[in-house]
Amino acid sequence: MATREPPPPQAADSLLDVERSFGQRLAYAGRFLWRDRSGMIGLVLFLVVVAAALFAPQISPYNPLAQNLRDSKIPPAWYQGGSLDYLFGTDNLGRDIFSRIIYGTRVSLTVGFFGVLIAGTLGLVLGAIAGYVGGRVDSIIVGGVNMVLSLPYLLFVVFIASILGRSLINVILIFGITDAPIFARVTRGEVLRIRESGYIESAISVGARSGRIIFDHILPNLIGPLITLATFEMSRMIFYEAGLGFLGLSVPPTVPSWGNMLAAGRKYLTSSPWIATFPGLAIMFTSLGMNLLGDWLRDVLDPRLRRSRK
Amino acid sequence: MQRYLFSRLAQSLLILIGLLIIVFFMVRVTGDPASLMMSREASPESIAAFRHKMGFDRPLIVQFWDFLTHVVVGDFGNSLHFKTPALPLLLERLPATVELATIGLIMAMLIAIPLGLIGGFNPGSSIDSIGRGLALLGQSIPNFWLALILILFFAVKLRWFPSFGRDEFKSVILPAFVIGLPTMGQLVRMTRSAVLEIRGEDFVRTAHSKGLEPRVIYIKHVLRNVAVMLVSVIGVQYSYMLGGSIYIEAVFAWPGMGQLTEQAIGWRDFTLVQAIAVFGSVVVLAINLLTDVAYALIDPRIRYGD
Repeated sequence: MATREPPPPQAADSLLDVERSFGQRLAYAGRFLWRDRSGMIGLVLFLVVVAAALFAPQISPYNPLAQNLRDSKIPPAWYQGGSLDYLFGTDNLGRDIFSRIIYGTRVSLTVGFFGVLIAGTLGLVLGAIAGYVGGRVDSIIVGGVNMVLSLPYLLFVVFIASILGRSLINVILIFGITDAPIFARVTRGEVLRIRESGYIESAISVGARSGRIIFDHILPNLIGPLITLATFEMSRMIFYEAGLGFLGLSVPPTVPSWGNMLAAGRKYLTSSPWIATFPGLAIMFTSLGMNLLGDWLRDVLDPRLRRSRK
Repeated sequence: MQRYLFSRLAQSLLILIGLLIIVFFMVRVTGDPASLMMSREASPESIAAFRHKMGFDRPLIVQFWDFLTHVVVGDFGNSLHFKTPALPLLLERLPATVELATIGLIMAMLIAIPLGLIGGFNPGSSIDSIGRGLALLGQSIPNFWLALILILFFAVKLRWFPSFGRDEFKSVILPAFVIGLPTMGQLVRMTRSAVLEIRGEDFVRTAHSKGLEPRVIYIKHVLRNVAVMLVSVIGVQYSYMLGGSIYIEAVFAWPGMGQLTEQAIGWRDFTLVQAIAVFGSVVVLAINLLTDVAYALIDPRIRYGD
């Protein structure tokens, strides 16, 4: 191969630019983050949630399962009758709500992470095959994807969950499989776009084999859009997991999850509204954080889609 | 146009068949639908009798043919809870769901479209920021939780609206607002970006350069095209609202199909849940089909595209 030309400076405006060292990329992302305040907020919210999940035993003051009926339905600390012993108050069985919220991050993030992992892997494989092979294989995969995406999602997830029964594995599998078509659609679109681009043509014309084209040219270009999509989809899964929990269809009722807490708090809405309030706020901040983070990732990973900030 | 219509119809039929296959096999994926549908304390003998009565002991292909031929004529079997045919139970609940979704959609459009238009014509203005904030909130607030909070505030504390049921017109306001909020967010975004996009089109520049009055350009060239782009979004959102009202109807005890779904899950009435999944999907598919046809009627580029 000929010696590489140094890249023109203005073209290297992407985090995934191969010509950059890791440190340069990190510095670039940092500069970008500093300029985008809402992305910063998103990242901080997301890191707080991840930290809460990782260090749940160290952070939470109580065992999230410990019942103490004498201390049931104590309001949050800043309400009349509340105490600093229970920052967010206690639920109908006297369990500490703050500790349960902290432990709830584990359920949400597990479902979101593994759900996206499964959906992303399935979708990447299906979408890449469809886009790269084309022809009849492509139309079969596209047909299947369009079919699943045109069904009412919530109704279907509820239907499947009600049949399979309550367990963490089931919830992860349901989201992992039903969400794969979205990843497949995006992957296929990107593969088609990349295949049409000039550098693939050049690679083919200098005699690169399929394997090399896929791993060296197509996959690196897929990372950006897929990571962005994964962030939005993870936020959506966390949302839907809580919704299933609210209907009593997610993890078993003994597990402290935000959806289960909401479902339990619904019965005491008028007498002890804080039981349902905090898990809802937790879902909202997580979802908000991930949406902001996704917007920022889209900007930083894919300069073509950069938002107009006039 | 006829060719487009025909291919779109054939596509919907294919999706419908795929849907029926999924539903059929999902009910059987746990291995034994009879023990799924019976209560956990049922004796082995009664489960066996039930299995025979429902025909679960026949070959799969016979069962599937049976299922298909019945569903096509609108026979979803009997509800396990009510012991009566499932379809009339659904149809009874349909008007309430349609009312909720329709009013929710109208509320969302009335708020979102003006905000999106103003935002698109004045990007960066304070109204634009409000609109974008609303869009973000609509995306992030869990609607089942928002429903609880609104009940607490507007129904329990202020007593402006009833907290549940469907007895007077006022009772539709809160659930319709909640169900419309995600749509509102989506519509603000779409309207805003549609305006921004069309304002940059060549034909708008041409109109400006030939000296047309800005007011005429906005109404005749920009707004009309924005309206075309919004038709498909509104159709899709409407079908989401019809198919996704489970939480909101459950919280507000709104007697529609969503509440029936929640109740059927509680009763372990799987034939009813199955009927709702199929019927709900048919409604959603029909709305999507109508939207696409309307879109093709308005926009000639779609009709002659392929």
